[in-house]
Amino acid sequence: MDADDETTAAMIDDEIYANGGGEDEKRNRPIISGEPLDVEAYASLYGGRTKISRLLFIAEQSRGCRNEAMELEALRMAYDEVKKGENTQWFRDVAQKIDGRLGPEYQMDLAWCESVDRRAEQKREKLENELNAYRTNLIKESIRMGYNDFGDFHYSHGQLGDAFKNYVRTRDYCTTSKHIVHMCMCSILVSIEMGQFTHVASYVSKAEQTQEALDPITVAKLRCAAGLANLEAKKYKLAARKFLDTGHELGNNYNEVIAPQDIATYGGLCALASFDRAELKACILILLFFVFWNKVIDNLNFRNFLELVPEIREVINDFYSSRYASCLDYLGNLKANLLLDIHLHDHLETLYDQIRNKALIQYTHPFVSVDLNMMANAFKTDVAGLEKELEALITDNQVQARIDSHNKILYARHADQRNATFQRALQTGNEFDRDVKSMLLRINLFKHESNQKQSKKS
Amino acid sequence: MEVLVVNIQGLSTNPGDLPNLHNILKQAHDSLHAESIRLLPLLDMLDPSLHSLGYLYILEACTSSALSKEQASAVVLPTARFMNSCSKEQIQLAPEKFISVCKRFKDYVMQLEAPMRGVAPMLAAIRKIQSSSEHLTPLHPEFLVLCLLSKCYKAGLSILDEDIFEVDQPKDLLLYCYYGGMICIGEKRFRKAVELLHNVVTAPMSVITAVAVEAYKKYILVSLIHNGQFSTSLPKYTSSVAQRNLKNICQPYIELANSYTTGKIADFETVAQKYQEKFDNDNNLGLVKQAISSMYKRNIQRLTQTYLTLSLQDIANSVQLNSAKEAEMHVLQMIQDGEIFATINQKDGMVSFLEDPEQYKSCGMIERIDSSIQRIMALSRKLTTMNENISCDPMYLAKVGRERQRFDFDDYDPVPQRFNI
Repeated sequence: MDADDETTAAMIDDEIYANGGGEDEKRNRPIISGEPLDVEAYASLYGGRTKISRLLFIAEQSRGCRNEAMELEALRMAYDEVKKGENTQWFRDVAQKIDGRLGPEYQMDLAWCESVDRRAEQKREKLENELNAYRTNLIKESIRMGYNDFGDFHYSHGQLGDAFKNYVRTRDYCTTSKHIVHMCMCSILVSIEMGQFTHVASYVSKAEQTQEALDPITVAKLRCAAGLANLEAKKYKLAARKFLDTGHELGNNYNEVIAPQDIATYGGLCALASFDRAELKACILILLFFVFWNKVIDNLNFRNFLELVPEIREVINDFYSSRYASCLDYLGNLKANLLLDIHLHDHLETLYDQIRNKALIQYTHPFVSVDLNMMANAFKTDVAGLEKELEALITDNQVQARIDSHNKILYARHADQRNATFQRALQTGNEFDRDVKSMLLRINLFKHESNQKQSKKS
Repeated sequence: MEVLVVNIQGLSTNPGDLPNLHNILKQAHDSLHAESIRLLPLLDMLDPSLHSLGYLYILEACTSSALSKEQASAVVLPTARFMNSCSKEQIQLAPEKFISVCKRFKDYVMQLEAPMRGVAPMLAAIRKIQSSSEHLTPLHPEFLVLCLLSKCYKAGLSILDEDIFEVDQPKDLLLYCYYGGMICIGEKRFRKAVELLHNVVTAPMSVITAVAVEAYKKYILVSLIHNGQFSTSLPKYTSSVAQRNLKNICQPYIELANSYTTGKIADFETVAQKYQEKFDNDNNLGLVKQAISSMYKRNIQRLTQTYLTLSLQDIANSVQLNSAKEAEMHVLQMIQDGEIFATINQKDGMVSFLEDPEQYKSCGMIERIDSSIQRIMALSRKLTTMNENISCDPMYLAKVGRERQRFDFDDYDPVPQRFNI
């Protein structure tokens, strides 16, 4: 297995050089690239609940692809993480999924579960008593902290719904904007974990509306969360803008939700799918800046960062310079690993389709006539398939052209405005005619009806 | 009886005597009815064009009771002659009698299984009793029925091309539009058919009638043929009974319409097969077949938007026809009907799609645009006059006055007392 890894690694490196990457790629193997995901390195980017949920997601997807090695690796790491926490439900799930395949150390440990549950019950009672005491004393700050603690307690035990409810209850007892922001951040975190992104959006806007200026890290966190909410809502353009607006200050500060690479990846892909050329150019510059700034600021993180961002930047660069074949090729390579990402999974197909369509549209845009054979070569596809794709785009009105199927040429075609206007005018006239006549007829009928009613009355 | 005849002959010539004559005839009404068909020979003594009123009364009495086939055929000829030549002014004095005579005439003609005999007289009768060309009489639907049965569609079209604005009886309008729709379908004038059927479906009604249901079924099919689409939501001004009930009653047709919009001919044909009996019972099978062929046409037309040239085999594949030869037949037919502009190159098996050669620069086009403008201005004026009339209508003002009183107590002067009915 090791020998294979090395040869594939060498091939991938060659590919990257071929694509024109210029930075110090050699230093570390990319985390997300054409070769199988290094689960350990990937998981090390995150902390908190999201680490475990991402590992579980990877395990689930690997099981679907029958990649048992990766599945077990992910489950093993998940087991270790869960045992460090207090979520017994998750522990039971993971142990069940492992099903004894990892040996005796990774079995169901009922004793552990019971002791954790007992401790949890004790803690819950204590918290409840404290909270009741505070409530009788009517000290706002203590009540707020009491609810907060309760929220934290539920969160660490995996009861997300209860956690959310408790965080929201603190709203009535918040006195400073700092409190409000804290409540919003907690609610956002829980909502992201629960997958309820409408809440995320509303709490982000609530936090942004506070009177005091927020510190840059919080601003960055909020932008990230907003980006995620937009991504989930399929508003790719807005998502891209939010992600790219997230400042470099974020660093590793939000790794209980998202890693810096992800911002570049999500932002880059959404930008590719939805930005026009001017915005795309700005996007490339931002990503460049991202890398540069972090290079200077934090050398430790530099290693983590560097892997992915130049790759995405290269993809976008290729697209911008019309090297569509290599761009689409590389995206295809990245696909397998991107599908393992918990947020991108549902949107990847759509994004890829949009990117491919944009490539086709941009290719044909500057020309009066295009030879379909050459275009098929440029996109590494065959002429028949290309014709079908173009037909769909033309019918959708995204490309203004007509296909000469005999000679396999695409001709740009601009609608004759004058004729179209005449046609529309005549049509509108006919419609007006028809509608007014029916209307007059109906008025007559109504008058008749009401006359009858009148005569009946009198 | 002879006295009556003499009176008729004497008093018909002078218009001032007509009211007098009318009274005499009204008094003789019962005795005439007692005689009934035996009055037939009297008609020979009268001239239908000079003594129209008297002739009418006698004719009406003749036909008042049920007639045998021989009696009917004896009556039919004089009635037809009368309808053609009667005097308009005299007839207008007794319109209901005239209408009932004409209706019975139609029944006899159908009884004798010769509907074509009734077409021309009925058309003449309509002209006599119409107060204006915009007036719908109860005879209009009868006329259209005769046209349909005798397959004289062109005669029907001549009436349909006139716009109707005044209506006596809503029932007449519904029947008129329904039969008119059927005639237009027969003449393949689908645009007008859609208009007429639309009027039936959206007419104000308080209960669902069979006419409305049948009209809706045909409306769905003709919309598919003409527009290529059908929206199940009826416009806002449709009566609430129609909006609630029509869809449920015509479920198979709605299903058919939904499968049309997918564009897949195989699906459409399956649904058509499934409900074939139902469509047959409603006599709509022909329309369904036309809908299927319209689907092929629409798919080919869509191809003209994306291709400049396309091989016949590709057309056959994309439109789901069986062979290139079939595709060639379809395209040829469409070119001949003027539905697309193209040329077929048989050597290469290629079709070149051309642009619509209409440049909107010819005199004919300018005339057409000009006449459209005139027509629309006239319609607009009509709408404004109608609006003015309604705003002067005392009933309307009363209603408005009542409501204003309720809501704008302090702001507005109350409408004068005499309008608060």
